[in-house]
Amino acid sequence: MLKLLVQRLALGVATLLAVSVLIFWVTELLPGDLASNILGQSATPENIAAIRAELGLDRPAVERYTEWLGDAVQGDLGKSLANKRPVIDVIGPRLVNTLFLAIYAAVIAVPLSVLLGILAAIYRNSVFDKGVNIASLAAISMPEFFIGYFLILFMSVQLKWFPAIATIKPEQGFFQHLYVTFLPMLTLILVVIAHMMRMTRTSVLSVMSSPYVEMAVLKGIPKGRIVVHHALPNALAPIINVIAINLAYLIVGVVVVEAVFTFNGLGRLMVDAVAKRDIPVVQACGLIFAIVFIGLNLIADVLSILSNPRLRHPR
Amino acid sequence: MAESATKTQLLDVRNLRIEAVAESGARVTLVDDVSFTLNPGEVLGLIGESGAGKSTIGLSTLVYARSGCQITGGQIVFRGHELRELGIEARQSLRGAKVAYIAQSAAAAFNPAHTLYDQVCEVALQHGVMNASQARVEAVRLFRELDLPNPETFGNRYPHQVSGGQLQRAMAAMAMIAKPDLLVFDEPTTALDVTTQVEVLASFKKLIRDHGTAALYITHDLAVVAQVADRIMVLRHGKMVEEGAATQILQQPRMDYTRMLVAERVAAQASTFVAPHGSSAQPILATRDVVASYRSGPRVIDNVSIELMRGDTLAVVGESGSGKSTLARVIVGLLPRQEGDVLFNGESLPPRLESRSKEQHRRIQMIYQMPDVALNPRQTLLDIIGRPIAFYFNKSRREVRARVEELMRQIDLPLDYISRRPGELSGGQKQRVCIARALAAEPDVIICDEVTSALDPLVADEILRLLRRIQDQTGVGYLFITHDLGTVRRIANKVAVMYKGQMVAYGATQQVFNPPYHPYTELLLSSVPEIRSDWLDEVLRKRRKVVR
Amino acid sequence: MNVLGYRLTLTALIGWLIILVCVGSAVLAPWIAPHDPNAPLGQRWEAPSAEHWFGLDQIGRDMFSRMLYGGRISITLAFLATCLAFAVGVVAGFAAALLGRWVDVALSRIADVILSMPILMSALIVISAVGSSAAVLILTIGLLYAVIVFRVARAVAMNIVVLEYVEAARLRGEGLFWVILREILPNALPPLAAEFGLRFSFAFLFVASLSFLGLGVQPPDADWGSMVKESALAIPAGLAAPLYPAAAIALLTIGVNMVVDWLLSLHSRPHGDNA
Repeated sequence: MLKLLVQRLALGVATLLAVSVLIFWVTELLPGDLASNILGQSATPENIAAIRAELGLDRPAVERYTEWLGDAVQGDLGKSLANKRPVIDVIGPRLVNTLFLAIYAAVIAVPLSVLLGILAAIYRNSVFDKGVNIASLAAISMPEFFIGYFLILFMSVQLKWFPAIATIKPEQGFFQHLYVTFLPMLTLILVVIAHMMRMTRTSVLSVMSSPYVEMAVLKGIPKGRIVVHHALPNALAPIINVIAINLAYLIVGVVVVEAVFTFNGLGRLMVDAVAKRDIPVVQACGLIFAIVFIGLNLIADVLSILSNPRLRHPR
Repeated sequence: MAESATKTQLLDVRNLRIEAVAESGARVTLVDDVSFTLNPGEVLGLIGESGAGKSTIGLSTLVYARSGCQITGGQIVFRGHELRELGIEARQSLRGAKVAYIAQSAAAAFNPAHTLYDQVCEVALQHGVMNASQARVEAVRLFRELDLPNPETFGNRYPHQVSGGQLQRAMAAMAMIAKPDLLVFDEPTTALDVTTQVEVLASFKKLIRDHGTAALYITHDLAVVAQVADRIMVLRHGKMVEEGAATQILQQPRMDYTRMLVAERVAAQASTFVAPHGSSAQPILATRDVVASYRSGPRVIDNVSIELMRGDTLAVVGESGSGKSTLARVIVGLLPRQEGDVLFNGESLPPRLESRSKEQHRRIQMIYQMPDVALNPRQTLLDIIGRPIAFYFNKSRREVRARVEELMRQIDLPLDYISRRPGELSGGQKQRVCIARALAAEPDVIICDEVTSALDPLVADEILRLLRRIQDQTGVGYLFITHDLGTVRRIANKVAVMYKGQMVAYGATQQVFNPPYHPYTELLLSSVPEIRSDWLDEVLRKRRKVVR
Repeated sequence: MNVLGYRLTLTALIGWLIILVCVGSAVLAPWIAPHDPNAPLGQRWEAPSAEHWFGLDQIGRDMFSRMLYGGRISITLAFLATCLAFAVGVVAGFAAALLGRWVDVALSRIADVILSMPILMSALIVISAVGSSAAVLILTIGLLYAVIVFRVARAVAMNIVVLEYVEAARLRGEGLFWVILREILPNALPPLAAEFGLRFSFAFLFVASLSFLGLGVQPPDADWGSMVKESALAIPAGLAAPLYPAAAIALLTIGVNMVVDWLLSLHSRPHGDNA
């Protein structure tokens, strides 16, 4: 089993490397010279040459890639083209904000949706199940900005319960932060809960229809114990996967939600950088999102290996 | 008034009716007006083909119906109590404690996440029959009683760590631990190899006899039920055909259907053999010292040499894992051989499927175990049977249709089925279509891979007869791969016995199946249940002698 | 109710109706739009009236007419991207399942790497390099979704390839094309049709999200997503203007999802087995 775990870890690192190559290749080698792109209409041969030299675009791609990656590993992500500040300084506080929002949402969404999913599976075809099913179908179909603006219009503009703009400042306390970011959090979790709940329901249902659960019924085991003792241990691996997939959804959702609530997070930073063609910032944001994404999948993989009795107790 | 009668009876099922209710509201009757009684310590065998409602009846004694099914009529009186009136909690305290169930596949019925101890003792603990340490002692005792290896530590293992036969016995221990009054055995040895089946069956028989527990024994195999049952009830399409003492049903069946079942089973034990009649000097199909394996794994078949004469039937028999199906895959080229040679009509065939010519493909055809997945559900019979004709012989559409109709007559299918799809046919009819598709290529050899194993005995019997008739008409040679020795006796004039990838015996069926035997052939032959009720005891007696 | 031999449920019927209305109004936009979508007709944020059903936008253009035209862009972009995704993904998926060996390994590894990034991030990175236009959007979304379709198509084909009727066709000596066209495709169509609907709804949301972020459809053109962005300023004023195009997006997505659920339920039913 240790061998399997090491394999997964190595695979994760290899994937990350491959992704970094892709990010670099796409941003630097795609058609359209970066230098003239950046300068736009003000491009003259001289300043194009100057910028190319500054960015080191005259050197071979492989050399530039290894240098970029080497620097990145040491924490040097280059300088922003827009304001000449080191990328790491620009990204740092934004990353903290986004992580705050994402963890805030995850802490509420994960237990709630897993619980709802399990309940819907146990009471399959009941009114509760059908209601939850319809609600989640609706939530999945709505873009985040629809939910976001809807919440702003009602809970902020009309009822004046929460602020429409989620700006967190260092001088505010922790609970103030929670209050200010309540609406973006709610927007995020509405979509994620729907997905996660539906997937949890499906995986619990497939375990509940297995022969060993039928056997437990025929042994006269009460329903509660069947769910907790017989179904859950086997549904664990699929549920872990569901959680990992949805935490990833959450990260993607952050980009749009931050835009709706003008929240100073990493997602909005990346969108701005894309609009301004601030390539070093885009590369750095892309790399960070990739690390989180790959890391989540890796953790899920490891946990489901650990929860598999066949692997824990080899023949 | 029935009070005195029900006192001696353990179980009294009257006019039981069970229906399947589809989402659309349509109802299908699964069990219709079935009645029987069971006295304490008595074993009743429920016999029938698939769809007879045996399992559904068995589960109803635990007041359980699978999803989509409902018990809609009749009474199930257990120890004087009407079970259908019990509430949820009363049902829970009945299941496992008073009536216990032993499923067909222990591998699926055991929870992979818990040890065997956990799952066996759980029954006793949940019903409050004993405390944890008592339950463990009892579990060890049952493991020992069921001849499980290392009974003290056996329970510490997880289900995936023990063999299929051991798991099946562990399930019997799980059923017995709370000392129920009634055991329901649902095809408990069907998924096992014959040599394992004997041992498990012997353990079950001992268990029932020693504890004096009443049992419902559900199976499709008359010879198996003959070993354990006091009385037998024959079912068909959810209805009772006849019921009586085991000896009466087996020796003087009253109804035609029972007679057919018994006759079929007796035929499988026949000791007359089909003599080899292939006279041509050159075999139509031969393998020479063939070796093959999957990827870089161990050899799945190792130095196998067989010869099939024109118009002959060569059976390749063995248990699961013997490599018999792999041999078929090597011959047709699905799995390229690593060493040795495959000769067709004296010429070497390329190892890989892709390198063979159209003509080489045409002359060896194949029929599969599961006709359900061997036919494309989206094509009509005309498409399915007609394709080889169009493909190999370049016939016009009219000629193809005419030939398809001719083939359908040959396999006894009504001509108006020509535009039907496989989904509209029964299992036996589908297998006939597969045969017709193979015949359409006008092959010299047909490889039959367990073609009767998924079919009910009577249907399988018809298919075997059809295959023999076709052989007489066309002179096609069969390579018959099977685990069922009864099938071998009926159809093969030559046989190759495989064990763990090696061929341990080979020759005319008459010679291989008669003394002097190879030890493994003897084990196999003696493990096939026979319909006389003293068969099991006799086999065990003989084996014990050998051990001493 | 039965349509073409399939039992149509109420939700499926509603779903189909929603799709029909959305697609129909998009196709017929030039004929049914009451006003010129790009002409200022009055005050900014004028409230809905009989003349202007959804009111006027931030520079006084008729919201309803703009939505009809915006739907055209959104639906067309998403549809073309989905078609591209299926053209590439299904071919690659079937090839991987049928050819196996190194083709399968290579394609699957590439898919793993590409999907180890959130799709939105990948799209943002591409747009940062080449800018945004209709062609870029279709190509980017189409090719990224092709990777997902590849996985689905591969899995579907894998399940069919192992069935013995496919083996029988191979043993007969049939060519690869015949096997794909006659044995695999007819049986793969129902699950792939459901996937097409699902993919379209995601592509549609995706285009809308990019436009909302200002990285999708560029002015003066506007799809539903960019209309939300343009009118977002109305929200603090207590106006619901941005919610109309956003609601339209939600409505079409719900409609498609309803139909997809129905397609899936058709597929999961054991087909034609009378056992």
